[in-house]
Amino acid sequence: MPVVDLAETTKRDLNAQLHALPADTNATHWTVENSEGQHALAVGLDVPITVEINGHAGYYCAGMNKQATVVVDGNVGVGVAENMLSGKVHVKGDASQSAGATAHGGLLVIDGDASARCGISMKGVDIVVKGSIGAMSAFMAQSGNLVVLGDAGDALGDSIYEARLYVRGTVKSLGADCIEKELRDEHKADLRRLLDAAGLDETVSVADFRRYGSARGLYNFHVDNSSAY
Amino acid sequence: MDLENIPQTLPRFSATFDPHTLAEIRRAAATGIYDIRGGGTKRKLPHFDDLLFLGASVSRYPLEGYREKCATDVWLGTRFAKKPIHLKTPVTIAGMSFGALSGAAKEALGRGATIAGTSTTTGDGGMTPEERGQSQTLIYQYLPSRYGMNPDDLRRADAIEVVVGQGAKPGGGGMLLGQKISDRVAMMRNLPKGIDQRSACRHPDWTGPDDLEIKIEELREITDWEKPIYVKVGATRPYYDVALAVKSGADVVVLDGMQGGTAATQDVFIEHVGIPILAAIRPAVKALQDLGMHRKVQLIVSGGIRSGADVAKALALGADAVAIGTAALVALGDNDPAYEEEYRKLGSTAGAYDDWQEGRDPAGITTQDPELAARLDPVQAGRRLANYLSVLTLEAQTIARACGKSHLHNLEPEDLVALTLEASAMAGVPLAGTNWIPGQTF
Ligand SMILES: Cc1cc2nc3c(=O)[nH]c(=O)nc-3n(C[C@H](O)[C@H](O)[C@H](O)COP(=O)(O)O)c2cc1C
Repeated sequence: MPVVDLAETTKRDLNAQLHALPADTNATHWTVENSEGQHALAVGLDVPITVEINGHAGYYCAGMNKQATVVVDGNVGVGVAENMLSGKVHVKGDASQSAGATAHGGLLVIDGDASARCGISMKGVDIVVKGSIGAMSAFMAQSGNLVVLGDAGDALGDSIYEARLYVRGTVKSLGADCIEKELRDEHKADLRRLLDAAGLDETVSVADFRRYGSARGLYNFHVDNSSAY
Repeated sequence: MDLENIPQTLPRFSATFDPHTLAEIRRAAATGIYDIRGGGTKRKLPHFDDLLFLGASVSRYPLEGYREKCATDVWLGTRFAKKPIHLKTPVTIAGMSFGALSGAAKEALGRGATIAGTSTTTGDGGMTPEERGQSQTLIYQYLPSRYGMNPDDLRRADAIEVVVGQGAKPGGGGMLLGQKISDRVAMMRNLPKGIDQRSACRHPDWTGPDDLEIKIEELREITDWEKPIYVKVGATRPYYDVALAVKSGADVVVLDGMQGGTAATQDVFIEHVGIPILAAIRPAVKALQDLGMHRKVQLIVSGGIRSGADVAKALALGADAVAIGTAALVALGDNDPAYEEEYRKLGSTAGAYDDWQEGRDPAGITTQDPELAARLDPVQAGRRLANYLSVLTLEAQTIARACGKSHLHNLEPEDLVALTLEASAMAGVPLAGTNWIPGQTF
């Protein structure tokens, strides 16, 4: 069970060591100490290992992740799990802006709050935020699911495509072309699956959520919509 | 007065409200929407044509064509990358998206570039196996949309180009209209078929130079510091943009002037935002020189490069390499007069056809329609591109030898004069026959 102390090892060495691991490595559980909010920690991983970061991480933690599970016992900066393809990223604290930006797959769980632009341009990722999210979240969100147990800020889902948004608390305002939609059984089942994956039990009831998605009114440019652009 | 024989004055068009302007007002009034088109600016701008080389004479001696060597190779990405790129010619192929172009057109670009020993570049929409397979050196664009972005392609690439802007539309995002969204394009971009795809104008997870520095660091970490990282900007405030790109850690800066082509943008954007490449190169080079980074961070310039003379002039002004988009498409067969009848049916004519956003390109290049796309043979088209690239290189060498240079990079501003005051001021070279550069005092 390797332990990497970033007070002694450089981030570049840490990332290089993780990239060099073969797919069938026995070193499946890594611990990183003294992260001190450094940027680009555990980025570009592509092996089914777990990396636990004991402390805060800076920008782009676990960026472009594939297969790996990255757990941050602290807060993260901008763009955690940006463009993730698969695997799981779990932040035990809060996340800054653009959490899960453009991510194509995998699961991002944030125990605390996430700031503005959470899930911006998301392309298939599942994101579960146990706290609240900031303004302009899910802007141009293409696909995937964003689940928020707390509240959402202004302009949620502006110019959204096919992503599904589930919010349990209040939504300050909806962005252009984003509307509330019926929460049907299929959505409830999907929501349950996401909550389970995020380690939330039945005390969180799917019936308490509202679903938001695209009105699909801006999918093809139309002159009469020009004030919406 | 002989009232019967008053000379007839011909009807006179206004220079301000010329026929094109009048037609555009009527079109706007009828439709309520701006004109969208492909290509670059169509108006006349100060350009490389306004510069001339002096050539060697008594004070300088030339090199013998066919005998004395004039090298053309270029290294890109020598600042930080473990694996910099070495190209045989400084003429590279600019980023053009699969989606805007057909798969076969992308393949042809890769084939042509590979024969010529140069690089080609992906675009908005991701990397296709056709282009990776056929491109010996492939630059992978990192765009705000991040369509198809993934770490495997990042590692498969030979360099990464962070796109901040394009000369045709600095400050604008991309546009791919529903007509061009085939199943494959929709799948690669993870969007429903048939809808208009807007590519964002800003990156979703960084804004400003301080963030860009961290973003570049992340890309380097993901790829273990192997790949050169380019930053592409549209020409607007080249001095500051280049300085900030260098400060952010770029290995290479790509500077695209307003003549640069686009797949689809509002005409008003293409014609009125940004500055000509001629005006942008010197400030960019000055920024590199002020930072002690000229030739250490390489500068690639683009926007309206057509001939070896343009290449030589761009290099003489201080660029390390150039990129071509429109000219490469023409070499493949874009706007070929052989399809004149079909251009007419589309309300255009060969040489003027620019409705690339519609996906009905008779030449089969800017389309996703399988029947039209099948008209382009990627092997033959690639060969044409390779021939053209070879001519550009030979022409640039011809000029460089005449100026006495044993490498294209030895061309310098002192080899140039300007034909017009505008070009003289913009390029910072004297007006021909004088030692005067407007705006500069000695
Ligand atoms: C059809 C087409 C598609 C383009 N797509 C992209 C793109 O995806 N990304 C990008 O940075 N630039 C794109 N460009 C701009 C080119 O990379 C380049 O900046 C420009 O074409 C250079 O100017 P030139 O066309 O005058 O040679 C595109 C240009 C054309 C003509």
